[in-house]
Amino acid sequence: MIKINKLYLFLIVIALVAPSLVYPVFLMKLLCFALFACAFNLLLGFVGLLSFGHAVFLGTGGYITGYLMLHTGLTPELGILAGTLGAGLLGAVYGKLAVKREGIYFAMVTLALAQLAFFFYLQAPFTGGEDGLQGVPRGALFGLIDLNDNFAMYYFVLAIFIFGFWLVQRTVHSPFGQILKAIRENEPRAVSLGYNVNDYKWVAFIISSALAGLAGSTKTLVFQLASLTDVHWHMSGEVVLMTLLGGMGTIFGPLVGAGVVISIQNMLSGGELGNYIHIIMGLIFIVCVLAFRSGIVGEFQKLVKKNFG
Amino acid sequence: MKAMKKTLLAVAMSVAAATGVQAEGISNDVVKIGVLADMGGVYADICGQGCVTAVEMAVEDFGGTVLGKPIEIVSADDQNKPDVGSAKVRQWIEDENVDVVTGLVASSVTGAVTKVLTDAKKIALISASASNAFTTKACSPYNAHWTYNVAALANGTVKPMVESGKKKWFFITADYAFGHALEGIATKVIESSGGEVVGAVRAPLGTTDFSSYVLQAQASGADVVGLANAGTDFVNSLKTAAEFGLTETTDVAGLLVFTPNAQALDPAIAAGMKATTGFYWDMDDQTREWSARFKARHGSIPAMPHAGAYSMTMHYLNAIKAAGTDDSDAVMKQMKATKPDDFFARNAYLRNDGRMVHDMLLVSIKDAASRKSADDIYNIEATIPGDVAFNPMLPECDFK
Repeated sequence: MIKINKLYLFLIVIALVAPSLVYPVFLMKLLCFALFACAFNLLLGFVGLLSFGHAVFLGTGGYITGYLMLHTGLTPELGILAGTLGAGLLGAVYGKLAVKREGIYFAMVTLALAQLAFFFYLQAPFTGGEDGLQGVPRGALFGLIDLNDNFAMYYFVLAIFIFGFWLVQRTVHSPFGQILKAIRENEPRAVSLGYNVNDYKWVAFIISSALAGLAGSTKTLVFQLASLTDVHWHMSGEVVLMTLLGGMGTIFGPLVGAGVVISIQNMLSGGELGNYIHIIMGLIFIVCVLAFRSGIVGEFQKLVKKNFG
Repeated sequence: MKAMKKTLLAVAMSVAAATGVQAEGISNDVVKIGVLADMGGVYADICGQGCVTAVEMAVEDFGGTVLGKPIEIVSADDQNKPDVGSAKVRQWIEDENVDVVTGLVASSVTGAVTKVLTDAKKIALISASASNAFTTKACSPYNAHWTYNVAALANGTVKPMVESGKKKWFFITADYAFGHALEGIATKVIESSGGEVVGAVRAPLGTTDFSSYVLQAQASGADVVGLANAGTDFVNSLKTAAEFGLTETTDVAGLLVFTPNAQALDPAIAAGMKATTGFYWDMDDQTREWSARFKARHGSIPAMPHAGAYSMTMHYLNAIKAAGTDDSDAVMKQMKATKPDDFFARNAYLRNDGRMVHDMLLVSIKDAASRKSADDIYNIEATIPGDVAFNPMLPECDFK
């Protein structure tokens, strides 16, 4: 336990000094996606539910926050709160429908529902269609701290990420989380023990979608833009990739996965290989699925266990 | 590492200031030009790698240095996505000291990018975007919109057709900023010339199957079907229109036709179609000379955004030289004070709202028999003076 606390302390120190070494906006992007992947991992890694439309919650959070910040002059923390609640609400509706099915059917239902929302956002006038919501103001936190400064924004995003990360940990390690894992391992047994499995799945789905919305809201503030990219099914695929690559069902997996994917995209986007970005990501995915199925963190943990356990 | 670089830079700059080596100042001792374009999507032929080549040619022709400082070019792919483009430009400005951003293709991306640039007081040199918003409702003292815009297209192509008796119009429109702007302004031109718009349908950017849209157009009973789209969208929609026999019964007008797209079309479908363009390679000796050099490097004849990218980069660098600084305000003032004059910019001036007004061309696509080579695609029908083609300046956008 002490070991883990040291690790956390170490990571927090790194996170605190990072913006003076690396471009802060890149770090903020990384944190937003890491939070998104953590939210997704809560479903896939701990309940065993593959939601293939999770981008819709990321995007919904972003659009709500963007719209409110643009048109009502809310302070950023309220804007983000509204985005998070909105995404959670949508998650409650979608989750209620989706948890009635299992396995591939669950994935297909979430994908279909996400596509419905995508076309709504494409056509609805308030989202700006392909243009997106442009020029969203970052505003001043609590009306006091000007977030247009990248460093202030970074520490705000870091605080949000730590909160989200903590919430996921808290959920996973609570009695509620134990039941989720039981459902993942053996659903009929969980039913026979008297748990209302669908309700547990539903609540997990809501938490996950609200956290995805939190990530989307924060991302909108960072980039001052909410766009269709965030609700597109490509984004749903990307978060699957991040989670699997990092190691699903592990604590740090999504964080590492998001870090790897975002860094690779960032490195390739400016260079000669920019056009092959999807091919390269695809190859990485194939290698990951074939060679190290438990992801980077999962394999690392196995290695540690084998040699030092 | 970066902190060290910064310290070194600060030391170097204070030394330079103390010894008076440098007169007015090129910030960071380098002029860095960012080229943001669509490197692999529907607009890649129009302003992708070709725009980078055109900017490189301008820098080389200028001499590679300005006021004794080197000129550097960086480029990136915006994937036609506003979020990708604006994030890249933000990074360029905040982390890589880029002084000016050029290229700029999809109007949705340009809208997001110009907001970032204006906030940072950096100049946007817009070559390939069509929307006129950048010099009207989203105008900024830091925008310079060069090659053409939707107003010029509507005034050049649509107006003569309505006046010749084609009164009823139907639009197939690209569903984003550019398409909406083009449809909107074309509708105004049609109505003010006594025509009417009987309907419109919006197709997402990058649509491959246009059959349902074409069938709607066919059922509308219009005299003319206007294609308010561009790039491969234009090519695909026109091909589908031909396959469904729409081109035989109705006039189909491409409102934004670029040379690579016109070249890609079967002359049997496209012959006789009129289009408005800011540049055609085979206009006179000056354009032929530059285009031959471009073709030798890039492999194909230039489209208008390529020529525009060269022209505006050249004008920008000349303005730095004349102003003695790369400070955005001073350079923009200088750019507006001197008239651009090269193979591309004819009877041209940069208006206070950032609109570069110059002569446009009305062209028609040649049939197969009269083409002398694969690059010989247009007949030049008329020259449209800039003040007729472009929208008038709004008083609130009069940045002096």
